[in-house]
Amino acid sequence: MEGLERILAEHRLFAGLGQEFIDLAAGCAKNTRFNADEYLFHAEEPADWIYLVRHGRVALEVAAPGRGAVQFETVGEHEIVGLTWLLPPYRWGYDARALELTRALALDARCLRDKCEADHHLGYALLKRFLPVLVQRLQATRFQMLDVYGRGR
Amino acid sequence: MDAVAELLAAPAADPMVPRIVRVRKRTRDLPGTVTLELESADDAPLPRYRPGQFTMMYVFGVGEIPVSISGDASDPSRLVQTVRSVGAVSEAVTLLRPGDLLGLRGPFGTAWPTEELVGQDVVVVAGGLGLAPLRPSIYHLLANRAQFGKVVLLYGTRSPEEILYRRQLESWRRRLDVDLEVTVDHAGGDWRGHVGVVTRLIPKLAIDMHHATALVCGPEVMMRFTAAGLHDIGMPESAIWVSIERNMKCAVGLCGHCQFAGMFACKDGAVVRYDRVRRLMGLKEI
Repeated sequence: MEGLERILAEHRLFAGLGQEFIDLAAGCAKNTRFNADEYLFHAEEPADWIYLVRHGRVALEVAAPGRGAVQFETVGEHEIVGLTWLLPPYRWGYDARALELTRALALDARCLRDKCEADHHLGYALLKRFLPVLVQRLQATRFQMLDVYGRGR
Repeated sequence: MDAVAELLAAPAADPMVPRIVRVRKRTRDLPGTVTLELESADDAPLPRYRPGQFTMMYVFGVGEIPVSISGDASDPSRLVQTVRSVGAVSEAVTLLRPGDLLGLRGPFGTAWPTEELVGQDVVVVAGGLGLAPLRPSIYHLLANRAQFGKVVLLYGTRSPEEILYRRQLESWRRRLDVDLEVTVDHAGGDWRGHVGVVTRLIPKLAIDMHHATALVCGPEVMMRFTAAGLHDIGMPESAIWVSIERNMKCAVGLCGHCQFAGMFACKDGAVVRYDRVRRLMGLKEI
């Protein structure tokens, strides 16, 4: 367990988080690895895990008619796969596929939600970590929707 | 005297009078985007230029447009320019073939601050066709590599099929003294690179922010997001340079078409320090 706590504390998302919260979150964590082209999860499946990528790269993709899988984002080292765990109905809206050998710390979402409900200080501390990621991705999505490379220069 | 001969006879010193050049080579980079290699069609040598400058290209009977110089400024034998077809004149430029003549004025405008980069970490961030006006500065950085600290190139574009100068990017990526990352807004399942906007690459930069300079070129929205992202991780706005694009006509600051508040994009730009234009770039009226 001590190893997981250290790994968790070294991840960018958790860097600087109080040790008592690291200990609580580490109780929901396990190490995972995915080979290239292995899926972490598929759309519509329950969002039971949060993946803190330690090494490798994961493609987030959706199936588009006539185009097969369309990648809309890749997630790499020190980033997160899975923000859907935060809000009901806790269900993935896309597929996540490892593009190369990927090692991640997987956090049991149900376990973490229960601990956040029981300890609102932990919940608030985690929310402050996850919300900036949500906002960054929202802004990036807006940028993508503008399709700025489509015209002009 | 025919029209071409009249132009050839005009005084070369007048910046409003085009000289005649010939297309030596045409490379189709992407659908609707070509790179032309130009040679002198008279006795005068090709104009020398600094990285970041542009010329006015005149297609006879069609019109004149500003076009970024995308070649190596240290090579006086070739003038290389990249253009995308977005209107009648640019389309005519992309349709030129080797041997065709065209009018050329310039070079005009300000340049990337290559002298100020010595001893600095340098971050080059290009978006879409914005890689073209940055390429001369990249040539300079690579040719004088020992003068600089870390050199990082970040390139973002719409999809893997729209990566400009793809082979050259692949060649630069193989160098051990340059960090190069390419990202696309979306991709098919077989793409193995980054997907996401170019600003997503910025937090991963491992450079000395207090001794670093950024050269940024691309669509204006992309430049604003990029500059904000660089500033967020500690780079002063005075260390960020951008290339502004406006409706340039005379290219010498007379006609006012490219007026950008108190400056003219053609004469006081296109390359400007970001802290001097940040507020202006956010104004819808300009």
